[in-house]
Formats: sequence, C-alpha cells, structure tokens
Amino acid sequence: MSEHILEFKPSEGFRARSKAVVDNPFLRQSFRGAMDFLMSKRAAQFPDSEELESLRTLGESIRQYNLAKLPTLLEQLEANLMRNGIQVHWAETPDEANAIILGICQQHRAKLMVKGKSMVSEEIELNHAAEAAGIGALESDMGEYIVQLAGEKPSHIIMPAIHKTKEEIARLFADKVEGVDYTDNVDALIQIGRNVLRQKFLEADIGLSGVNFAVAETGTLCLVENEGNGRMCTTAPPVHIAITGIEKIVEKLEHIPPLLSLLTRSATGQNISTYFNMISSPRKPGEKDGPSEVHLVLLDNGRSQAYADEQLRKTLQCIRCGACMNHCPVYTRIGGHAYGTTYPGPIGKIISPHMLGLEATSTMATASSLCGACGEVCPVKIPIPELLMRLREEAFTAPHANPAMVGQGAGYSWLMTSVWKGWAAVYRSPSLYGVATWLGSRFSWLMPSKQGAWTSVRVPLKPAPRRLRDMLKERGE
Amino acid sequence: MNARDRILSKLKAKMPSTTPALPDVAGWFATHRVVESAADKAKRFRACIELAHAEVHAVTSANWLAKLLEVLRAKQINKLLVAEETAHGDAVLNDFPRHGIDCQTYDLPIEAWKSEMFQQTPASLTVARAAIAETGTLILWPDADEPRLMSLVPPVHVVLLDAGKIYNTFFEAMQAEGWANGLPTNALLISGPSKTADIQQTLAYGAHGPKELVVLMLTEDEQ
Ligand code: SF4
Repeated sequence: MSEHILEFKPSEGFRARSKAVVDNPFLRQSFRGAMDFLMSKRAAQFPDSEELESLRTLGESIRQYNLAKLPTLLEQLEANLMRNGIQVHWAETPDEANAIILGICQQHRAKLMVKGKSMVSEEIELNHAAEAAGIGALESDMGEYIVQLAGEKPSHIIMPAIHKTKEEIARLFADKVEGVDYTDNVDALIQIGRNVLRQKFLEADIGLSGVNFAVAETGTLCLVENEGNGRMCTTAPPVHIAITGIEKIVEKLEHIPPLLSLLTRSATGQNISTYFNMISSPRKPGEKDGPSEVHLVLLDNGRSQAYADEQLRKTLQCIRCGACMNHCPVYTRIGGHAYGTTYPGPIGKIISPHMLGLEATSTMATASSLCGACGEVCPVKIPIPELLMRLREEAFTAPHANPAMVGQGAGYSWLMTSVWKGWAAVYRSPSLYGVATWLGSRFSWLMPSKQGAWTSVRVPLKPAPRRLRDMLKERGE
Repeated sequence: MNARDRILSKLKAKMPSTTPALPDVAGWFATHRVVESAADKAKRFRACIELAHAEVHAVTSANWLAKLLEVLRAKQINKLLVAEETAHGDAVLNDFPRHGIDCQTYDLPIEAWKSEMFQQTPASLTVARAAIAETGTLILWPDADEPRLMSLVPPVHVVLLDAGKIYNTFFEAMQAEGWANGLPTNALLISGPSKTADIQQTLAYGAHGPKELVVLMLTEDEQ
C-alpha cells in the first residue's frame, strides 16, 4: 500500500491524462457547466466587494496568526482534547496514520468503518489499507459513495462526483446496488443512496471523519457539511476517529465565524452549510448516544516542510474551499483526475509537492497560465501564482545544498537551462538582440512548418520578414 | 523520539520569532454587520431558513401544541419522539396520546434501540437553544434529555424556538453566551433539512438526515 503512494508519479502521465479529457467534448462541456455554476453561486454570495476584501484580509490574518503559533497551539489543542477525554495521536507519514487508525479498528474488532468526507483519508489512501486489513471502509458522502461504487477517486475536493452525469450514476446504481432499477430522477437516486447508507450507519463499528477546524482553547473539532453523513459518522457508531492535517488549527473559538463564512460562501455559494458540527468530547456519563471513544489523528505528511519556509508556509493557510479550482482555466478544461494527486487544481499544485516530493510533481507547477484567478478568489489570500513561480524555481534550477524541498532540482535539465540562459543573454544585450533579429528575419524561411504541440492547433511561429526597428527607421527618414 | 516530538521539534525550529497581533474579529463584526430589532431578526431568520427549505410556523405558548398536532396530521405522522424531562416534552406527552399520536421517549441508551430509532421513528421534537438571524440557523446543544440522534435520524425534525433568543450573527451568539468557557459534547448549528447537490449539481433534500425541518417559532403575540 505504501509502495503505491511512493512509486506513483503524478507528473508522469499528466500530459496524456489531460489530453484524454481535452479530446472528450462531452466531459469538457460538463466541467465547463459545473464550474460556471459554482462561480456564479460564489459571486452571488459576495455582492459587496468592500466586505469581501475586508473579510478576506481578516481570514488571512487569522490563518497567519495561528500558523505563526502552530507548535504551541498543537500542544494546547492536545492538552485540551485530552482533558475533554479525546485521545490524540500523531503521524508523520501516511503509513503511520493508517497504522494508528487500523490499530484502533482492530482493538475494537471492527468489520465496518463508515467515512464522512475526509480528503486527508484520501491523502493517506486509508481505503486501500483498510481493505488489506480486512476492514470494510465505506464512503458515506453521496458524491464519494458514487465515486467509490465506480471504483474511482474524487475529482474535486468539495464536489467529488462532479465529473459524472446523472445518467452515468443511474446506470451505476442499477448495475451495482441490489434490487435497483434504472432511474435518472435525482431525488430517486438520492433516496437509493440514503437507504443503503442509513443501514450502514446503523451497523458500523467505527465512524471516520475529517476536521475543518480544530479549536485549541476549547479542545473542539469542527465539521462543515450539508448532508448529515458527517453527523452520522461522528454520532451513530460506538467509536469516532477524526483525522486532520496539523495546520487546520485555530487558537480561539472566535476565529471560527469569519472562516466558516468565507469557506461556505467560497465553496458552494451558501451563506452557511446545513450543518456545523462542534465536537468537544466523547459521550459523557448520563448521555444516551454519541461514541464512547473519540480519537484525533494529527498528520504531518510534508506539511512541516512547507512550514519551514516563510513563503511556502502560506500554502498552509488553505481552508479547502475549492474556489481556486472552480476558477482555474486549466482545471476547468482537464478536470480533477488529470492531476493524479489527491488535491487537484491550484491548491493541489502547491500542496502536493510537499506531500509527494518534487520528483513526482515537478511538472505540476508548470500547468498554469498564471492568470491569477486562483489567487484572486482565494478567501484567505494565498498568493498561489507567486508560489507556483517559486515551485518552478525549486523544481527546475540546478540541485544545490540545503534545499527547501525534497526533490529540489528534480526537473533540472542542462539543455533547457542553457537555452534559457542564451535567451536571456540575447534579450539583455542590444547588440546581440540586433544580430539575432537580423538573422531571424533573413532566415525565417528556415522555420519548420511542424512545431510540435504548438502547430497542432495554431499556425507555425515565423519571424516577420522585416524587423520593427527597420520599419521605424524607414518611417523616420 | 516519537512522531509527536519529531513533528513538534521540526515546527518549533522554524517558528517565526514574532507573532502577529491577535486578529480583531470583534472589530470586524462591529463595523460590518447590522444590528436589528427583535422583530427584524425574527423576520430575517425566518426568510433565510425558509430559503433553505425549512417550514416555519409562528406560534404562541397557548397554541403551539395545536399547531404541532396540525403539522403532524398534515404529514400523516402518528408517532413522535419527545424528551420526557423537559417542559415541552411533558406537555406533548400529556396531550398527544389522546389525539392518537404515539409518543415515544428516548429513555434508554441508543444501543438498546438503534434499529428502532433508524427504522421506526418518523418524527422528533427538540428545542433550540437559540438561533442566528444572518444565516437562518438554529443552535442546538443536545444533552442527556434530548440526545444527538434526535435531531438527525427521524425524517421529520420539529424544533421549538423561542423567538426572543435570536442573535444577529454566529459571532454574537458565541460571545454573548461565553461559549469559549465551555462547550457541550456536541454543539450544532442547523440551517435547514439535510441536502446534497452531488448528483449533477441538482439540489435534493433528505440526503442522510431529516428530509423536513419544521420550526415552531414561539412569540408572545401571534404574528
Ligand atoms: S487555496 Fe484558497 S481558494 Fe484554493 S482551496 Fe485553499 S482556501 Fe480555497
């Protein structure tokens, strides 16, 4: 299982996967439609640009304040959770996190774990690990359930099944769910999912959830959701295990309202989600439901590497709203699966290199037009384009001692660096530039008519027969 | 060193030497949020939660039982889960059986009747601790009397809300009530019935939790 994670290089098949989607007009159309829908819903939630800007500034300052104190807050959180009766575990790697979670399952002789949507459990590939240990891991978020039934992975962090049409889902249910006939009525499809999953909530031994915010001062785990499956997973089974990245922490309870407002409005254009769940302890004496054990697994998986560098640390401000994906012209065209990483789109491009190393992700940072849309919509003002430039530098400059990132220089090529150096030299020197353009205009007929990917959809690049400077000179005479 | 110490020492080694000033959340809310009268707050709360597909009825202490009965009859529900140690639960227990409503109480730990809860409990009644006008949100603090699953498993969830306990914002609610000094096992904000848009961005209600959320908004004079 761990081999699967370490050997997979999302960079490698990225071009081919992207091309497959771009060549599929049906998929392109459905991504376009979905993203237009999410963009307009978000825009409708922020009619007042002054309010939006000041709230973003507040959100950014809350995230930066808390990250500045991260280790102290983690200790405070741990102490308060323990005081409240919640058990805390730490994991540096996905393998360690899986071992902790499966250890708890085995202690309880668990057969079935129901999971509320948790991207961190995708990150550690918990489902594979659970399966290998003989424990059923069932996704209970409607979108994730659909994706799991299809043997796929989520393609968006907020809308996991955004790449599927209702007809595909109808066929999937008819094929895979016992006793179900084909129907593409959305309400009926949701009812089918509801009936299957409610039975599982009733039977499950373990409920697993993610965490949107962990509050240090009160020892509280907060979950944002609409469906109620998060509440089911954290309330119905006898044991609840939560897993989160170490960065999702705030010191004060009062930090939550602004972040919650930014999160739900940026993500799906709702002024608040249906449920906001704040869990501070296991079942207390006298209470009649809720799990008798609650565990929290705190996962590093490369986050401490991002933390160590002042600029890269901003990556950890993310509250996982997905707005950067919805507004990204690249994501909109290729969808989430093309990236091959747990987190796709702009946030995926800046966080995945810390989780998987630059050897596996070096080309990801180049798949951006740097149009700036991601940075503009990010509710906590992560300068994503700036971070992409930094990651390009980390990936493509010659390896050196004490790099900020694992795999620094992984994409370095002597030839490419020399070409760019030559290019820079020509543009820096007026005389060299003059010679180069003179040669270019005289020998433009030498340019090949097939220029790789460029000419697959564009006319060939060809220097003009006459230089601008010559034309200006003529005019002046 | 274990994983905990390794993670913490990596972070501590790179912790910035100065911490930025504590963000002024109170200052932001003071300058960016309207403060409304009780009547306006009730109106806004109602408009927002209705937009989220909840059903709201204005009631008084004199007529809320009758309204609840009417709601249940309209939905053809003849069984209701209520809490016995509460004033509203007792009122229902004293009145509804004679109207043919089977009143069930949550008197045993869930392990003793989990299947029954999931399969044979069509509706429940709980009280809200307070509400939030800005987002149309109910605040629930489940306890030993009204446990957590009461507001989640039954397909119809009826909530009794005192209209005098509506705050402008979530921030105001947590500040005014001093939540940072102590939270219950599970505090909840609920803003409508369970829903999903996971199938082709089409909104559908009743994903896993209640399909219908009914709010009985208690005011002294009928609105
Ligand atoms: S980077 Fe910003 S926009 Fe993207 S998911 Fe994170 S918080 Fe949202």
